[in-house]
Amino acid sequence: MSTQEIPEENLPSGQGETAHGAVKVAEDPFADPGLPAHKPRIQDIDERAAKRSERTVALLFTVSMLSTIGFIASFVIFPINHIVYIWPFGHISSLNFSLGMTLGLALFCIGAGAVHWARTLMSDVETAQERHPIEATPEVKTKVMEDFREGAAESQLGRRKLIRNTMFGALAMVPLSGVVLLRELGPLPEDKLRHTLWARGKMLINQNTNEPLRPEDVAVGSLTFAIPEGLEESDHNFNTEIAKAALMIVRLQPGDIKDKQELEWSHEGIVAYSKICTHVGCPISLYEQQTHHVLCPCHQSTFDLADGARVIFGPAGHALPQLRIGVNDEGYLEALGDFEEPVGPAFWERG
Amino acid sequence: MSTTATEAKSRKAPAGERVADWADGRLGIYSLAKANMRKIFPDHWSFMLGEVALYSFIIIILTGVYLTLFFHPSMNEIEYHGSYVPMQGIRMTEAYASTLDISFDVRGGLLIRQIHHWAALIFLAAMFVHMMRVFFTGAFRKPRELNWLFGFLLFVLGMFTGFTGYSLPDDLLSGTGVRFTQGAILATPIVGTYISMFLFGGEFPGHDMVARFYSIHILLLPGIMLGLVVAHLILVFYHKHTQFGGPGKTEKNVVGMPLLPVYMAKAGGFFFLVFGVIAMIAAMFTINPVWALGPYRPDQVSTGAQPDWYMGFAEGLIRVMPGWEINFAGHTLVLGVFIPLVIFGVMLGAIAVYPFIESWITGDKREHHILDRPRNAPTRTALGVAWVTAYVLMLVGGGNDIFATHFHLSINAITWFVRIAYFVGPVLAFVVTRRICLGLQRRDKEKVLHGRESGIIKRLPHGEFVEIHEPLDAETRYKLVSHEQYEPAELGPEVDENGVKRKIKRSEKLRAKLNKGYYGEGNQIPKPTAEEYREITSGHGHH
Amino acid sequence: MKKLSARRRHPLAAVVVLLLALAATGGLYAAFAPADKAQAEETAQSLAIEEGKKLYTVGCASCHGTGGQGTSDGPSLVGVGSAAVDFQVGTGRMPAMQPGAQVPKKPKVYSQAEIDQLAAYIASLGAGPITPTKEQYDPAGADIANGGELFRTNCAQCHNFTGEGGALTDGKYAPSLEGVSSKHIYEAMQTGPQNMPSFPDSTMPEQQKRDIIAYIEAVNGDETPTPGGFGLGGLGPVSEGLFGWIFGLGSLVAVAVWVAAHTAKAKKS
Repeated sequence: MSTQEIPEENLPSGQGETAHGAVKVAEDPFADPGLPAHKPRIQDIDERAAKRSERTVALLFTVSMLSTIGFIASFVIFPINHIVYIWPFGHISSLNFSLGMTLGLALFCIGAGAVHWARTLMSDVETAQERHPIEATPEVKTKVMEDFREGAAESQLGRRKLIRNTMFGALAMVPLSGVVLLRELGPLPEDKLRHTLWARGKMLINQNTNEPLRPEDVAVGSLTFAIPEGLEESDHNFNTEIAKAALMIVRLQPGDIKDKQELEWSHEGIVAYSKICTHVGCPISLYEQQTHHVLCPCHQSTFDLADGARVIFGPAGHALPQLRIGVNDEGYLEALGDFEEPVGPAFWERG
Repeated sequence: MSTTATEAKSRKAPAGERVADWADGRLGIYSLAKANMRKIFPDHWSFMLGEVALYSFIIIILTGVYLTLFFHPSMNEIEYHGSYVPMQGIRMTEAYASTLDISFDVRGGLLIRQIHHWAALIFLAAMFVHMMRVFFTGAFRKPRELNWLFGFLLFVLGMFTGFTGYSLPDDLLSGTGVRFTQGAILATPIVGTYISMFLFGGEFPGHDMVARFYSIHILLLPGIMLGLVVAHLILVFYHKHTQFGGPGKTEKNVVGMPLLPVYMAKAGGFFFLVFGVIAMIAAMFTINPVWALGPYRPDQVSTGAQPDWYMGFAEGLIRVMPGWEINFAGHTLVLGVFIPLVIFGVMLGAIAVYPFIESWITGDKREHHILDRPRNAPTRTALGVAWVTAYVLMLVGGGNDIFATHFHLSINAITWFVRIAYFVGPVLAFVVTRRICLGLQRRDKEKVLHGRESGIIKRLPHGEFVEIHEPLDAETRYKLVSHEQYEPAELGPEVDENGVKRKIKRSEKLRAKLNKGYYGEGNQIPKPTAEEYREITSGHGHH
Repeated sequence: MKKLSARRRHPLAAVVVLLLALAATGGLYAAFAPADKAQAEETAQSLAIEEGKKLYTVGCASCHGTGGQGTSDGPSLVGVGSAAVDFQVGTGRMPAMQPGAQVPKKPKVYSQAEIDQLAAYIASLGAGPITPTKEQYDPAGADIANGGELFRTNCAQCHNFTGEGGALTDGKYAPSLEGVSSKHIYEAMQTGPQNMPSFPDSTMPEQQKRDIIAYIEAVNGDETPTPGGFGLGGLGPVSEGLFGWIFGLGSLVAVAVWVAAHTAKAKKS
């Protein structure tokens, strides 16, 4: 609402010129001039403007009603899987769009109507209300303290120490039952985090094909993921097991492998590392085949697969565990044991 | 006494009044209304940020209840056969499948899901800016410290409610976040593995996570939050709202418009406005398209794995931390994860305790209802900006991969930048902000004493050009000089009246030092006095 | 038919019949005896190699060496195969323009015919992955859901859930897959360009590559629906958070300013 031209005679005369504190200001230039006098809005003095406001509010409420009808209509009309192209949003669900827009408009117009009504038609006279201190008066405080002392004395809590002490003891102990009950939330850690499904003789199963891998399948520069033989996606505990057993297989030129143990545990340059980041357990597998670095997408820990998977950047605290592999009689890659150290994030008992 | 008289009266009274009478007889509503119906609320847009938070909270509850009607908080695995083609035949938990169903097979389900999630982001953002407003204007001072704590708890609980909420669909993105949480829990010394086993009902991910997060998300945390919100609002009513200083506004009054009708209409209307805007956003903009993310599997991941924004600074802390790990006596101290966890707590805790620290430093025991202009509390404002700087830097750290790809930078470079800037940035921000505040204080003083630069250039008879300064009107002038200024605290004489060396506690010394840092020389510009003003105005018109 | 019979005696009729017969037999031969196809095409092939070598000497040899043996500026191309050439040159990555963390995608410099010739020449240097045929990479009829599963196992870690791309170390990145042709995606999986690892047929059979391509097309194609509305780049919580702050909270603050502002006062003129 911008200020508009209004007939001169409609303005109340003499208002807004003097504020009640004006006299004081002359003496002290920094004195509080007091609440400025109320200035009328156009709607306060021009009934036509007020009528306009009324019509605007009513219009907004009417649009809201129409929008609600539109909402119901959209709900009935649009099939749930209908996709429509709307610039600039793209190919979107007509149902979602129409429901949201009509609901939004219906709500927005109620709000806009109410606020416009409040802003233009309800009184906008600012008034001051007294505050009262939150603190009690000294008399009230004395009374309360007296009451408390009286009550406390009547309870004899201070005098009968035996009652007091045993009561505190009982109250302190009873929540223990609740704590004990929480014990059933889960099993104890024991050595669960130290073992995975990998064991001597388990073949490395290609996760893509579900077939055991042969060394010749794995090309230099390629990236393959493997699960231990016998683990099926439909197993009840598949997710819990794969969370530890996930394996990443790459092949390097044996000459590129800098770490002695890595070379020893590899097979013809094929190395198998845990896919679970040693930082907080994301499946790390952003393998750069030229640099042999592998990056974690979650927190950017970077490991050098050509150098014992040691950490070269980021928040991980230790190298990725390597799985010792070899080839069985039928020429398939197999594990030569479980991981020698716990996979995944470090923990207190890891050592 | 005379039953006939009351009967006659009740027959006359309109229905509404009779209902009110009935309620008053049982609830005492008239006494309540006497104090509150015409309660005055001051008008300022920044006072409505809290309302945005409140209303989005209500929207979240409304839409959340609807979502529970369709969501299955179960980790039983099924094969998907719903209408989203790229997932057909894929194994997934019922939680994920039911979220797909809400999105593709429940009419309006997608809209409600999107409103719920957008409202959650806006809820947290609104709480954040609301807290900033309260902080920078000093509205947390006595008597409102407890309400500040309630608000703080709401923000922290909101963060965790959000986290448990977006983890429920059990999609690949949120599952990665849960895995991160589990890894962080494991890093806790001594009890980490136990907490992890108990929280997940065994090894990660197990089969209990979704059901447990569900009850935390829909019952435990929102229940506490609802209680806190009510307490927060009761205190706002009880304390009466703060107000900015100005003519007619004092510590003893509150100037504004009454609850009935203006505030009722404005605040009530604002609820609909907030709901309407969020509904339209949900109509036009996708949020968390879980169908594109796939079901969670601990051996799969996507790049760009970030939490929702309010957890972003924790993500940043964990990303930029160097990988320190100490092994000793068969144990591992995972500093690389544990230190960020501690800093996370400290950064949040700092917000909670700040009011108490400031009141200790100032030693001010009075009630404050007039808000500070941020410039008039330069040290506080600078501390706040320093905190926000650290927070934002960590948000950048948390999104380093997205920033890397979109600004063609190296992740490693961004990480190093954040590592250094986390220590340098806040200090710089502190210094710069304080200087700006002091500069603004000087300008205020200048304006009061010499008036406003009018932009009109006048040529004096002897040829000199001067700019005419218009004196401020009394109201503006009052606004600029009405704030309080503390005197820096003094430690007092080193010897007492008997000449014996007084023992000064170390905490007292620290306090005096900090107090000087807040109000000492050079840390605030003395505001103009009436004498100065008179001298200048009576002497020569300008300059 | 009458017209045709009238020209039966035309001097050139014999030639036409001969050509038709040749084409028919050639076609049948090609269709039924693919094993011997190479022999039949040998001359064409050697011609292509010849042309490719010329192009190579002008455009590539300065970095990759005159015989494709590689120099300090470019790797050896012996054994990279025609698929690698088709990908690198077909996506405009080669010839590389300037050194950097990674050679970016550009408008291509050579025509498809020239690329084929270059590919033929490089392939002649040593055996490597062969440019796939349309049957190999055509996603029609492939299993989208299975492709999604494979994509999330093998690709999403670098390329994001729906192939929007992502960051790697030191300024390298996995590019967005939006608008990349099926053939080039197939070749990338086959050959592992730059730092991308390869996914050879021995570990990821042809059919699975097709499934993956079908998935990418389904979730990151021109017509891919984003039912919930504008997708905000498909980047997840970072863009959602920025949007929520700037537009979500921003518009609510704008509304709040309107609600709290004083209504315009009547002005006394």
